[in-house]
Amino acid sequence: MIYNIPYIAVVALILIGLYAIIFKRNLIKIVIGIVLIESGVNLFLITLAFKQDSVAPIYRGSGSRIMSLPVPHALTLTSIVIGVAVLALMLSLIIHIYKHYKTLDASKIGGEKE
Amino acid sequence: MSIIDDLIIHSPALIVAIPLLGAFLTPLISKINDKIRNIFVIFIVFLTSAIVLLLANDIYAVCGKIHTYVFGGSSAVTQGGFAIRILFEVDGLNIFMALIATILAISGVIYSWAFMKENTGLDKYYTLYLLMIAGMFGMILTGDMFNFFVFLEITSIASCALIAFWTNKGKAVDAGFKYIVISATGALFILFAVAILYGQYNALNMAVLASKIQFSFLDKIALVVLITGLAMKAGIVPMHMWLPDAYGRAPASVTLILVGVTQASLYGALRMIFTVYGGSLTNTLNQIGDINLDLNLLLGIFIVALALLTIFIGVLMALKENNFKRMIAFAAVAEIGYMILAIGAALTTVFSATDTGTGVMALKGGLFHILNDALDVGLLFLVAGAVYYATKETSLNKLGGLARNMKYTTIFFLIGLLAVSGMPPMNGFASKLIIYESTYQVNPILSIIAILCSILLLAVFVKVFHSAFLGPKQPKFDDVKEVPKSMLLAMGIIACIIIFIGLFPDIVVNNIVEPAVNALTNHSNYINNVIGGI
Repeated sequence: MIYNIPYIAVVALILIGLYAIIFKRNLIKIVIGIVLIESGVNLFLITLAFKQDSVAPIYRGSGSRIMSLPVPHALTLTSIVIGVAVLALMLSLIIHIYKHYKTLDASKIGGEKE
Repeated sequence: MSIIDDLIIHSPALIVAIPLLGAFLTPLISKINDKIRNIFVIFIVFLTSAIVLLLANDIYAVCGKIHTYVFGGSSAVTQGGFAIRILFEVDGLNIFMALIATILAISGVIYSWAFMKENTGLDKYYTLYLLMIAGMFGMILTGDMFNFFVFLEITSIASCALIAFWTNKGKAVDAGFKYIVISATGALFILFAVAILYGQYNALNMAVLASKIQFSFLDKIALVVLITGLAMKAGIVPMHMWLPDAYGRAPASVTLILVGVTQASLYGALRMIFTVYGGSLTNTLNQIGDINLDLNLLLGIFIVALALLTIFIGVLMALKENNFKRMIAFAAVAEIGYMILAIGAALTTVFSATDTGTGVMALKGGLFHILNDALDVGLLFLVAGAVYYATKETSLNKLGGLARNMKYTTIFFLIGLLAVSGMPPMNGFASKLIIYESTYQVNPILSIIAILCSILLLAVFVKVFHSAFLGPKQPKFDDVKEVPKSMLLAMGIIACIIIFIGLFPDIVVNNIVEPAVNALTNHSNYINNVIGGI
């Protein structure tokens, strides 16, 4: 049971994130939702790599103990880097949106006549 | 060994690497001179296209050949059996998509020269443009699930920044934000599915996954999540709401590449369904209560239902839309519906033993339509961009009588109009006819709805043609001039290809579409060729 807790956390994070994206009107909250999903997926990848009593996959000093699998760690690092880029882009777009509309309420944005 | 052979061996990597390198050189070169930068970007795109053509020549020379390129090693699997090396693989389907991307990239970059001339920040524009092209080629050529995700994100980030390129317009920024929310969520879904598959099979390589896949309960979840994520990116109803905004607000040259990116996502869905899951969809029965359900039938019916919804909503929304580019964008939604209609119809039959060629024909129509849709919708977007360039007007209510001053643009619009609504002798007719014919054998109602919506699409575009290009002379458009030569050239390239395909569809179907269909349906050939039968 105790080893299932990370998976439950993953599902919870993804569902909370989806809830925020679908039902929240504030743009910042939508972005937070996306970041939550991303954390959930990253946590999932990390959890997949973990084995009981394993240590970080660094050869120096680990001796003969079990190491966790390094590939998901590499994937997670890549995914985090991409996530930062997406996050920065979204926030910069929000700054532009705020300059135009003076609001962050999604229902009041983009409705003007051309 | 000559240089050409070397080039062909390394071509999958070069097709992605050259635009990527060009993207990062562009800001430096634009310090020298704007004209040199434009020439440089066009040179980069042409170089990439030349390599794509070389590779295509090599692939089509031998039937069923698959070109595999492994990064940092000679075989896809490392010592000890870890299938973690990144590899690119090119078969009939990949090269088919790459050819579409090539046509779009060439015309887009030529079109940009005049269309974007009056804007500032063009060094950033061209950098992102090349990044988007590199990402699109990467998505098409990669044979690795995680790599697919990375290229998907590269494309999303570059295209989002380009959609919001005109930041002085609030709506453009809004469209960019919508796009990035949808594509980031979709990409994370895909990553989640990749993680599920990796957790079970310890592999990221599509071919290794395809050979190992057991179709367990987790695999089914992964399939659903994957298709959801890719459908979000491909703009299938009910996840289509970003598409009209993004297509409509982006500069026309960007929209052209966006069409290609959408098709690349669709390609991803095809690859996942047919190649990765292809072997296990065939004979898996799913028991719900007492009923045995054929899974490929279930998936096919579901996709067909989505497709009909997509076609309907696309056409109906296009009927009531007043903004020129948004209207074409809704038509593009409907066109995507046609492709997945054919794919869904193919799924219901292609794997069953009693199939008499309907599934293969539907698949042929669907793939052929991917090519035709990219060209038709792309041409219409370019025309809409040209009208905007000449008149600075996007609302159809305010346009009128443009045929007097813009005769070439009018002709190109007429070609695009006939092609997109499936009228002979344009290319849209050829592929739609195959789709009607094959869906009729699956269920007549499908083809009736498809034909009806095609006619409605014609009605939509005839209305636009009348209100924008015909009609009385409007004094405010008296000094409107024909658009510059580079834009005419870009539209001309696409129009010529449309007419060529329309007049000789059998050449294209036999030489380009057929290998792609074979690559999709023959997935054991794929596995054996890529990983050498492990």
